[in-house]
Amino acid sequence: MDEKHYRVKQPASDVIFEIIVVLFLAVFIVITLYPVINTVVLSFNDGIDAVRGKIYLWPRKFSMKNYKTVFAMQNIWVGAKITVARTVIATLTSLFVNALLAFVVSRKNFMFKSQLSLFWVITMYVNGGMIPVFLLYKNLGLTGTFNVYWIPGMISAFNMLVMRTYMEGIPESLEESAQLDGAGYWTIFKDIISPLCKPVYATIALFIAVWQWNSWFDAMLYNRMKTEYTTLQYELMKLLSSVMQQSGSAENAKNGAATITPVTIRAAATVVTMLPIICLYPFLQRYFVTGLTIGGVKE
Amino acid sequence: MARNRSKTEKKTKITLKEMKKQSFLLIVSFFVVVYGVIFYYWPLTGWIMAFQNYKPKTGLLGSKFVGMDKFKFLFGDPVFIRVIRNTLAMGVLTLITTTIMAIVFAIILNEVRLTWIKKPIQTVSYLPHFLSWIVVTGILHDSLSSTGIVNDILLRFGIIDQAINFFAFPKYFWPIVAFANCWKETGWNAIIYLAAITAIDPALYEAASIDGADRFQKIRYITLPGIKSTFMILLLINVGNVLNAGFEVQYLLGNGLVQSVSQTIDIYVLKWGISQNDYSLGTAAGLFKSAVSILLIVIANAIARKYSEQRLF
Repeated sequence: MDEKHYRVKQPASDVIFEIIVVLFLAVFIVITLYPVINTVVLSFNDGIDAVRGKIYLWPRKFSMKNYKTVFAMQNIWVGAKITVARTVIATLTSLFVNALLAFVVSRKNFMFKSQLSLFWVITMYVNGGMIPVFLLYKNLGLTGTFNVYWIPGMISAFNMLVMRTYMEGIPESLEESAQLDGAGYWTIFKDIISPLCKPVYATIALFIAVWQWNSWFDAMLYNRMKTEYTTLQYELMKLLSSVMQQSGSAENAKNGAATITPVTIRAAATVVTMLPIICLYPFLQRYFVTGLTIGGVKE
Repeated sequence: MARNRSKTEKKTKITLKEMKKQSFLLIVSFFVVVYGVIFYYWPLTGWIMAFQNYKPKTGLLGSKFVGMDKFKFLFGDPVFIRVIRNTLAMGVLTLITTTIMAIVFAIILNEVRLTWIKKPIQTVSYLPHFLSWIVVTGILHDSLSSTGIVNDILLRFGIIDQAINFFAFPKYFWPIVAFANCWKETGWNAIIYLAAITAIDPALYEAASIDGADRFQKIRYITLPGIKSTFMILLLINVGNVLNAGFEVQYLLGNGLVQSVSQTIDIYVLKWGISQNDYSLGTAAGLFKSAVSILLIVIANAIARKYSEQRLF
């Protein structure tokens, strides 16, 4: 059937359908992008001028003052340093340990293969909860230190399972021929399996890095008093929350206008925290899409 | 995740020779098990605190057992009953709205044939997933403020006479939470559905076209049945998480005026357990949440087993 003939046969309701598709996607894109763009625009606008509102897609009174103010905050620099450090350290250690564990449980003839898998699958469904975990970290001396950011969450059953699924798809014959050549398991992991797992490693590394970059609750819960271990997101939260509390409660209003951070400075701080992710994720997306569809759902 | 049970695996016998051969695997296993016991299994012993009057000084072994007293207090506390309602309501509302949005978005995006339009839209759609809840709630808060874009549009079209303070009225809070979740996760959740739609045999659509089906009918009779199994698996996974989904947004967007509808179990645990130092009460509330979550997974799994091929375990 040729193209022309096909078109003629299309029912009239398909025109309605196409209009719905275009409208839906247009609205979707505007709702997704506008608030982000508006935040960037506000961050470049003069603070006092912005109180009048009605700033949409371009700054009315251009100013770099907001960024100067944000970068003059000592806590932001400390937070940025800690956030970068925890993201790098946790991504490297967690990726390595999860990959090694996935390698072990994906060996077909490993004697405790199923028991070890079950041991980790259980952790996805049962956990001690906030208080017992808090007390554990306290007893282990993890609270009030940098280590609380990367040691406790190092192994994640979900990430491990995604990598295991991927590794199970690698032909066994590769491992067998390496073993015939006298290679041990470490060599097989390092030189044969890992190079083939680059796409799934990239996916998991991305998951861990984004998770680390965006964490704030651990900084609040375990290191509230330790300003030297504050994170970027937690500092942003402190800037934003004074305003959020204000919007509803009268009791907080008495704290006065002095504690409110101007909307433009909040916008600048927001842009600083989200900028690295916005710049990087379009280039990394092919990794997470393949990783998610291969590892997560195919199972 | 749905596992294939029919997989036949040869069992390796545990012999000294075999252990020596697999020594590397065994050493790694040993260390990760020690790690797992410390960080995932040891906290489970903390559940004992829920039945004690736990004092950090006397510890788990020396504290006095009080039986079900903490649970009696919880269920006698009208605040806790309201907290359960809030958690369930927001969890279910969020699960339903985000699932519908993801499916609708995936189906509609799949209808776009031009790659140069489709790709950029999809890239933009993931963006919010990578932003932290701090950023998302901050942006949402500004959009809904009295000078924000939402009030601006409503005023301009004459729908309202004066700006609404959305965060001051309990009736707006649940929809705002559901919207926040949709805004953040629609594009991301749609990835899996898009993959499922791509896997549908194109011959089915061609056959339907020849029979004169319009695009609505093709979606109704081909696409939707085609993604049913994906939908079921995701539902099973997410049902167990319904109670876990209630923390960050509610904690960040809540305020004194909407407390009655914004507080969730996790916030309650944080308030009593960490801020008031009543570890036992906090643990009891957390234990209740875990128990309900597991119950939900088991029920969902049983229902799925009865009515379809999908199951978690």
